[in-house]
Amino acid sequence: MSIVLENVCYTYSPGTAYEIHALKNINLEIREGQFIGLIGHTGSGKSTLVQHLNGLVKATSGHIYFNGEDIYAQNYDMRRLRGKVGLVFQYPEHQLFEVDVLSDVCFGPKNQGLSREEAEKRAREALRMVGISEEYEKQSPFDLSGGQKRRVAIAGVLAMEPEVLILDEPTAGLDPKGRDEILDQISLLHKERGITVILVSHSMEDVAKYVERIIVMNQGEVMYDDVPREVFRHYKELERVGLAAPQVTYIMHTLKEKGFDVDEDATTIEEAKKTILEAFRKKGSTT
Amino acid sequence: MIRDITLGQYYPADSILHKLDPRVKLVATITFLVALFLINSWIGYLVATVFLVSVIRLSKVPFRFIVRGLKTIFIILLITLVFNLFLTPGDRVLVQIWKLKITDRGLHTAIFMAIRLIYLIIGSSLMTLTTTPNDLTDGLETLLGPLKKLHVPVHEVSMMMSIALRFIPILLEETDKIMKAQIARGADFEHGNLIQRAKNLVPLLVPLFISAFRRANDLAMAMEARCYRGGEGRTKMKPLIYTGKDYCAYGILLLFLAAIIAVRVLL
Repeated sequence: MSIVLENVCYTYSPGTAYEIHALKNINLEIREGQFIGLIGHTGSGKSTLVQHLNGLVKATSGHIYFNGEDIYAQNYDMRRLRGKVGLVFQYPEHQLFEVDVLSDVCFGPKNQGLSREEAEKRAREALRMVGISEEYEKQSPFDLSGGQKRRVAIAGVLAMEPEVLILDEPTAGLDPKGRDEILDQISLLHKERGITVILVSHSMEDVAKYVERIIVMNQGEVMYDDVPREVFRHYKELERVGLAAPQVTYIMHTLKEKGFDVDEDATTIEEAKKTILEAFRKKGSTT
Repeated sequence: MIRDITLGQYYPADSILHKLDPRVKLVATITFLVALFLINSWIGYLVATVFLVSVIRLSKVPFRFIVRGLKTIFIILLITLVFNLFLTPGDRVLVQIWKLKITDRGLHTAIFMAIRLIYLIIGSSLMTLTTTPNDLTDGLETLLGPLKKLHVPVHEVSMMMSIALRFIPILLEETDKIMKAQIARGADFEHGNLIQRAKNLVPLLVPLFISAFRRANDLAMAMEARCYRGGEGRTKMKPLIYTGKDYCAYGILLLFLAAIIAVRVLL
């Protein structure tokens, strides 16, 4: 189970005044079970890239292989692919349309050809995973709060039981509490189900805590593709392209400069706490 | 997939046509449309063609971009063509298939009508391609200014128009986004019979309407927050002022209209 991108290029409105080269020669391999953060500034091509992964946008040139099969091959079943690679768009709550929450979540599985009972079973399961309790099932999705709407929309994709889940800025416009809740739930999902998760974001802070691999996009190209701590080492370059490393990275680097023996590669607050305490202990034992 | 509609879409370029006062362009477009209906001979069309081609060249808008707008009226064009071709009575029958006859007059009218329709669309999309929606409504408001005396709500109408125009690209983008989001959930907008397809549009239309209402609400709030209260006593940041090239354009327009009328009267 993997997605391989080979020399993928994409141009918006080719041959007009609005021509934009959104993707330039992208080569990537996304392996099964990974939790990946796809980071880039606005207009870096990250949203365009993820729309390629489920065949919504067709590359101007290049190939994409899902489990070894070329998705641009003649008889490739795109609808099946879209069931396997679930894509949650930005502000997914804007696509809700059904009369009640349960029916809306059922939309995806029913399109996959499942029976009403089977679809409802999956929908209930998906709603449980995103933390929407059963009392909301028969409510209109438009009566829910912003954060709840978003979870229902995410459940709508989850109910299709995808092998790869892509979330485009799932935390945009949410308060810090809502943000943490959603990210924690996604993380839990990744652990429980072992599905591949790609988290698209422009904030390193959001993803640093959860992901095992970070892909940084800049102007349609892959700038870095590595584990978080390696990527954050380039925090000065990241700043130059309008991104920033997590605040922890800055604190660690400043402490190091001031002569504390801390590990400047710490990416989360927990790691930072550990290494700072260690540094003080060492200092204490030497003096 | 739905980006083919050029009507009402501005094409940024640096040309004389782009810099003209929007009032000139509005008057020119209306004159051109009227002139098209005055034409009753091939020579008249020749004059119109020369005029249109030179304006297109001046506008620096790629020809492909202009022609794209024609796609949307293709069906109407085809129907007009077929009806005129077969249903116009005439003296000489050119081709007869079963009960359908193509007469010389039919052929003549069909081609005339087709050219007229095509020129109508090209002429009006040329205006919207070279004028930003804001300029356009500004021009319209000033042009229709005198009607205010007759208690016609000119400012309100032009404000509504500019808002409507402004929302076209936004709603198109929104449609594209929602469509993609539903396709990602397995929706199918391309297959099935007519009823099935209409039903399949529900997941697209409901969110689209909701989003349109939400945007309208937000806009109303934003306007209110900035103390908008209608056109009374409202001044402009960039008032429209005619310059040399605008008078020049009016002159050329007058010449064109004179030529068309001359051709009609004399020939």
